[in-house]
Amino acid sequence: MQIGYMYRLLENEERIDGRKMDEFREIKVETNLIENAEGSARVKLGKTDVIVGVKLGIGTPFSDMPNMGVLKTGAEFTPIADPDFESGPPGENATELARIVDRGIRESDGIDLEKLCLKEKEKVWEVFIDVHIINNDGNLIDAAALAAVAALKTANIPKLEDDKIIRDKVEKKLPVLHEPITVTIGKIAGKFIFDPNKEEEEVLDAKLIVAVMEDGKVCAMQKSGVHGLTEEDVEKMIDLAIKKSKGLRKLL
Amino acid sequence: MGMKTDEKLIVNGKRLDERKPNELREIEMKVGVIPNANGSAQVKFGKTVAIAGVYGPRTLFPKHRQKADTAIIRCRYNMAPFSVDDRASPGPSRRSTEISKVTRLSLEPALFLEDYPETVVDVYIEILQADGSTRVTGINAASLALADAGVPMRDLVVAVSGGKIDDTIILDLCGKEDNYSEADMPIAFMPRKKIITLFQMDGQLTPKEIKIIIKEQLKAGEKIYEKQKEVLNKKYGK
Amino acid sequence: MNEVRDIVVPGEVLGDAKEKRIGYGTFVEDGKIISKFLGIKKDSNEYLSVVPLSGVYIPRMEDRIIGFITDVEKAGWLVDINSPWQAFLPLSEGVDEFIDFKRTDISKFYDAGDVIYAQVADTKRGDVQLTMRTPIARKLKGGITIKITPSKVPRLIGKEGSMINTVKEKTGTIIRVGQNGVVWISGEKVEKAIKAIKMIDEKAHIIGLTDEITKLLSD
Repeated sequence: MQIGYMYRLLENEERIDGRKMDEFREIKVETNLIENAEGSARVKLGKTDVIVGVKLGIGTPFSDMPNMGVLKTGAEFTPIADPDFESGPPGENATELARIVDRGIRESDGIDLEKLCLKEKEKVWEVFIDVHIINNDGNLIDAAALAAVAALKTANIPKLEDDKIIRDKVEKKLPVLHEPITVTIGKIAGKFIFDPNKEEEEVLDAKLIVAVMEDGKVCAMQKSGVHGLTEEDVEKMIDLAIKKSKGLRKLL
Repeated sequence: MGMKTDEKLIVNGKRLDERKPNELREIEMKVGVIPNANGSAQVKFGKTVAIAGVYGPRTLFPKHRQKADTAIIRCRYNMAPFSVDDRASPGPSRRSTEISKVTRLSLEPALFLEDYPETVVDVYIEILQADGSTRVTGINAASLALADAGVPMRDLVVAVSGGKIDDTIILDLCGKEDNYSEADMPIAFMPRKKIITLFQMDGQLTPKEIKIIIKEQLKAGEKIYEKQKEVLNKKYGK
Repeated sequence: MNEVRDIVVPGEVLGDAKEKRIGYGTFVEDGKIISKFLGIKKDSNEYLSVVPLSGVYIPRMEDRIIGFITDVEKAGWLVDINSPWQAFLPLSEGVDEFIDFKRTDISKFYDAGDVIYAQVADTKRGDVQLTMRTPIARKLKGGITIKITPSKVPRLIGKEGSMINTVKEKTGTIIRVGQNGVVWISGEKVEKAIKAIKMIDEKAHIIGLTDEITKLLSD
């Protein structure tokens, strides 16, 4: 019954919390909250609460990219964040979120991976981006992607002394070249909607997730949801996402 | 524990962070931090940060796990990958599995589980930043979260670590002290009758030293109890 | 700061078992009456009790509740009553006439997704039985449901219904409150009613809440 009520409201472009269809909830971004981490950020999007930690370690490069650092992104939908999250290895939603956040950063050349090479073919810096959900009230992807970029932007490379990492000494800032902003747009009852909360997410027909670079180029996209989208839908949604990303970018 | 260093951990009666041997780090507590949970809390002891969330009492699946005359309690202690110096692989480790168990046993005696037959109380503890004494910080957070959730309790549960460095007995070990200590002894107890619900030790201590540390821990626990009480009252504006 | 009632924490000593009797939310140990909950201490002449400020719904006989039909079984319906225990509405308690369930599809009476206002008839460890054989019981059609903390229901209703009636009048809505913390609202200014109800849920323990609610509803 709740779903019916929500659907009727959205058909009239009304939302249960009074927001406009293209309005985001209150966003709070906090950086450098985890001292142990080389970079960190916490994003609160309404009641959605996500922490991203950036850690650096020494590893070996991929054989086909012998002079580039390695980027690895993971996400944990810990059961603390939602009564329906279960303990165990990441399920399809956590895995998808991690890969979407990763794609935005990787495809935009967000991190200058070449500068992370210590010894070609042998030793490189590994950058671990770990997304930890604290409370799920919908739109985890936008919150996590924003937190990831905010964490990278304020991250440092620790000092290396004789192959040992001295974490309380900073060598230099992590070389961040681009800051992709990820925006999710949903389609419901023929209307487009931004920043769906948990209840709204359950009734969406479909969503398009778009990662936008500073110059307006798109670097990653993902369609999600059970229903299809028309060509017109997709073009409109991309335009709307690019416009919306400008406002979000100011938070970084 | 067990690492060796030439560095002095106690100089002129002061520890690395200027604390006295039985002095606790700065403690910060907050409740109601996870809207989705029935009850939740965040506790900081210096740089160690733990968040606890309680879901329940709620229906337990599968049905054959249900107990006819009582609720069961499940506990999961987990460290965020970025919480430690060298990034930790996500997922349970042998250490976190053991800590989950002893944490569960530290809380169980405090709960009136018999009031909720056939159900489960799930306690989740996430360590967001680790600088020593994470399990006791988690237990302090879990106790607050359980009270916040309205789970009936015999008493709150307080916890604090204790040990020995440079032949000196100390409380509330930070990360470095934890690594180089001669002994590490965490304790959890219900303050009203001082009933100990968690007690572990590794290292080498004489029985006399153990007794002294316990006394110090029980005294320090009272301060932690006052803080827990204060933050619970504050939630409702008192 | 708003004036609040007497808040106690679990394990806090409230009084002497020789002087008072134990009421809800308390237990006795070593001759002392102690609180089980984080809640409000209530000291009547005879009893010491504690009203928890949070917690799940524990079904009690004769409670009036709002439930959601989750499954249609052969001889009755499974009902979600916002509680750790599921409830069952037997066919004989849901329908007046005699029904041969072997030949009838009883989903025509109540189907999955329906919302009902019913009464708790029996609770035996885990098994909760409901009945609709009481004048207040009915299917609730349309409208919207929200959940509040079950222990705050008395505050939402108010003395002789004063609080809930104020909300109903000022928002032009019909509201049914289940003792299990489920509230059903239908009518004109549903969002305004929801706002007021959520405020009561949040601030039930604050003295002077009635004035705040009146102010909210007058805007």
